[in-house]
Amino acid sequence: MQEHDDTKIREALKLAFPAVDQELPRDLWPLMLRRMNQPHPGVPWYDWVLAGAVIVAFVFFPKLALLLAYHL
Amino acid sequence: MSLLERFARGEADAFEDLFRQYQGRVFAWIVRIVRDRGVAEDLTIETFWRIYRARHRFRPDGNFSAWAYRIATNRAINHLRRRHSRSEVPLPDDLAQPVSGDVNVQQELGRQIQLAVRTLPAKLQMIVMLALVEERPYQEVAEALGIAVGTVKSRVFRAVRRLRKRLQQMGVENAGTRRYEDPRGVKTRVPGS
Repeated sequence: MQEHDDTKIREALKLAFPAVDQELPRDLWPLMLRRMNQPHPGVPWYDWVLAGAVIVAFVFFPKLALLLAYHL
Repeated sequence: MSLLERFARGEADAFEDLFRQYQGRVFAWIVRIVRDRGVAEDLTIETFWRIYRARHRFRPDGNFSAWAYRIATNRAINHLRRRHSRSEVPLPDDLAQPVSGDVNVQQELGRQIQLAVRTLPAKLQMIVMLALVEERPYQEVAEALGIAVGTVKSRVFRAVRRLRKRLQQMGVENAGTRRYEDPRGVKTRVPGS
């Protein structure tokens, strides 16, 4: 990629994504307190099933790890 | 005893102090990536919730700021990933056709570029936002992601290449004669022109 092309795409991106206000609108501590007081749900059963399926898939098809690594 | 030591020991007051000290910076960092203030608020809370839960693993002699930014970045990437998998990114049939009127052309091109960015993998979207749109230093992006500066550069390269390819597919790349007209009066050619 040439530097010249890079500059043009940077300019186009900045115009496509206007500046966003980065100032925090309010104190979030009350929300944080509420979050801390919520009961923490455990890992649902289907997540364990999914994790097991992924491990089994890796055992039988090790090359899938490359595909996963690319997307992560 | 320092604030970080008290935090690592699990003192609620110390966590509140850290929260108040860093909430603005964490929010600003996240909003740069996700471009949505409501979502950024939620992700800021989620970031500090993870920090709170992991407080016993934090070493008081470590860099709290870098740690917080790393967690915030991961939360933002997860959000982009979920949005990426949920969105079908519908493209109108007449996308490549010219649009009449300067303002319409500008709006349409902006929308197409936004769509093109959304089709990128989450990590590349984040690189686009931080390194290209916000123009944050590569060193800062690298620290927030926990990767080398060279990796940031290569991701910028990949993101630009994929973006150009996607824009070509959408019919934007060949619009070499089209120009963005910035409200401030600055004329800019669209990418690939």
